[in-house]
Amino acid sequence: MHEPRGARIALRIATIAVLVFIYAPLAVIAIYAFNSGTNQAWPLAGLSFQWFERAFEQSGVRDALWASIRAGLGATAVALFLGSLVAFAVQRFRFFGRETVGFLVLLPIALPGIVTGIALNSAFRTAGLELGMTTIVIGHATFCVVLVYNNVIARLRRVSRHLEEASMDLGATQWQTFRYVTFPAIRTALLAGGLLAFALSFDEVIVTTFTTGGGEKTIPIWILQNYTRTSGLPIVNVVALLLILLSVIPVWIAQRLAGAGTGSPSGR
Amino acid sequence: MTVSPTPSAAPGSPTRAAVRMEGLRKTYGEVVAVEGLDLEIGAGEFFSLLGPSGSGKTTTLRMIAGFELPTAGRILLDGEDVSQRPPYERDVNTVFQDYALFPHLSVGENVGYGLMIRKVPRDERARRVADALRMVRLTGLDDRRPGQLSGGQRQRVALARALVNRPRVLLLDEPLGALDLKLRQEMQVELKTIQQEVGITFIYVTHDQDEALSMSDRIAIFNQGRVEQVGSPADVYERPATAFVAGFVGISNILEGAVAAFVTDGAGTVTVRPEKIHLLDPGDPVPAGSVALTGRVHDVVYLGSDTKYLVELDAGGTLAVIKQNVATSSMEALALKGKPVLLAWDRTHTLPVAADGAGGGPSPT
Repeated sequence: MHEPRGARIALRIATIAVLVFIYAPLAVIAIYAFNSGTNQAWPLAGLSFQWFERAFEQSGVRDALWASIRAGLGATAVALFLGSLVAFAVQRFRFFGRETVGFLVLLPIALPGIVTGIALNSAFRTAGLELGMTTIVIGHATFCVVLVYNNVIARLRRVSRHLEEASMDLGATQWQTFRYVTFPAIRTALLAGGLLAFALSFDEVIVTTFTTGGGEKTIPIWILQNYTRTSGLPIVNVVALLLILLSVIPVWIAQRLAGAGTGSPSGR
Repeated sequence: MTVSPTPSAAPGSPTRAAVRMEGLRKTYGEVVAVEGLDLEIGAGEFFSLLGPSGSGKTTTLRMIAGFELPTAGRILLDGEDVSQRPPYERDVNTVFQDYALFPHLSVGENVGYGLMIRKVPRDERARRVADALRMVRLTGLDDRRPGQLSGGQRQRVALARALVNRPRVLLLDEPLGALDLKLRQEMQVELKTIQQEVGITFIYVTHDQDEALSMSDRIAIFNQGRVEQVGSPADVYERPATAFVAGFVGISNILEGAVAAFVTDGAGTVTVRPEKIHLLDPGDPVPAGSVALTGRVHDVVYLGSDTKYLVELDAGGTLAVIKQNVATSSMEALALKGKPVLLAWDRTHTLPVAADGAGGGPSPT
């Protein structure tokens, strides 16, 4: 590390600038959440927790939060199941179109959400499915699967096939081998993928807009609807602040888990 | 040259075969990995499968373990056909080249894995794990993780994990390949000692001829999916059946054509071990009963305790000669480069071998 002094200072300034660029708007929201007035203007009218109390009292916020959690858990469950199955299939078996499957699983997250949303909406209507929580979960799962798939397949590539062979060599059946060897090896990858899937589902707006019948309101949808109302805005700030805190935690854990190697002594 | 089907050098001359392979064949699409293999390995034998990479030795081992199913042929363990059985229904255990220790389990749990699966009672399991760890000299490391062990220690854990189940046959796939030379030599001695102690049949895959020669009761030499020769270490070294065996087990000293005809008074391919050849001055008298050839030293390789001389024969061909540096300094040895010399060896050390490409040599059946 022998960059010239000037370059080092420039890099430091650039890093700080990028971080400010990313986080300054979030800081503004966080500050407004403690504003005692309804007007969003400097200087603040005063500091207070009144919007926090109001937010917790509102049943709309609670219902929306609960709907988001249900949608997130549902989508995560589906993603864990399907994502790991596809990862196993692609990693462990040679079949026609194997490469294509990997690509197709990846595609939904790259597709514009609006397209996915319209497509799902049309499909559900055609199939005669009533829009609601189930359709939200299915919609979210389409792009959550890839997160689990990516995590699990990356882990499977690092786990030697010899581990499973050793297990069967020592008398374990396929099921016992999965239970005692394979699952522990991919456990943290599943957790990491699951957390990311949940986080992604939790703040999804576009696909949700097209797949909710109007009966279910997730937190992002609720925010969008209240944001435009002057009376709703301060509460939105509070909810937004809570969401920031809520989403930081799983992403941070997921990153740590994804980094944890299978061979590390703390792997269990 | 043909090898007797029953093991000759195994201790106690066993009467029954622990493993028997009949017409074993494995193909992957167009590629033939193992071609019509017939082998019998006696109970209690230390049997090595020796050959270059891609010769089919590991595939053979994996078929015995059950990781690969044969395309044709049968595998019998103690007379019982297990060809189509999954690995967990075969009374064999494997030591993998990369050890394949379970990273999330402790050393004790790794060793006890097979016993846990077989529902051996907890106290008996603990006792047997402790015994196994003592045998590989790892007592007290039960609670460590594989990640905290050195390569040599991991190797021992892998060995203990397999042996603790008291399998009929232990399969070892280049188990010392990842260790450095010093450790490898120590482990060779130790493996052999352990094998004699437990009396389990060892089938040992290696590409290292020294390893095979020093440890084995018998060796099967693989080449391109076929077995070229089966025999004791002395057999395959002193009486190689084919030019390939002569070259792979030892240094390739093959004479063909006119020069071969000259040394044997007949046609064919012959080999002579480099340490049997005397390096003489051109004017020196030829010892009685010896073959003598003139040549020029083409290259000198100083190896510390020995020196290897590559001699280009005037009659055609090249022979390697190895001399111990008993009274020779490196200076004297290297000074021979470019000099004319006379090579002589006792006629009895001229070994006729089957030429390469002559159908892979005699089948061991």
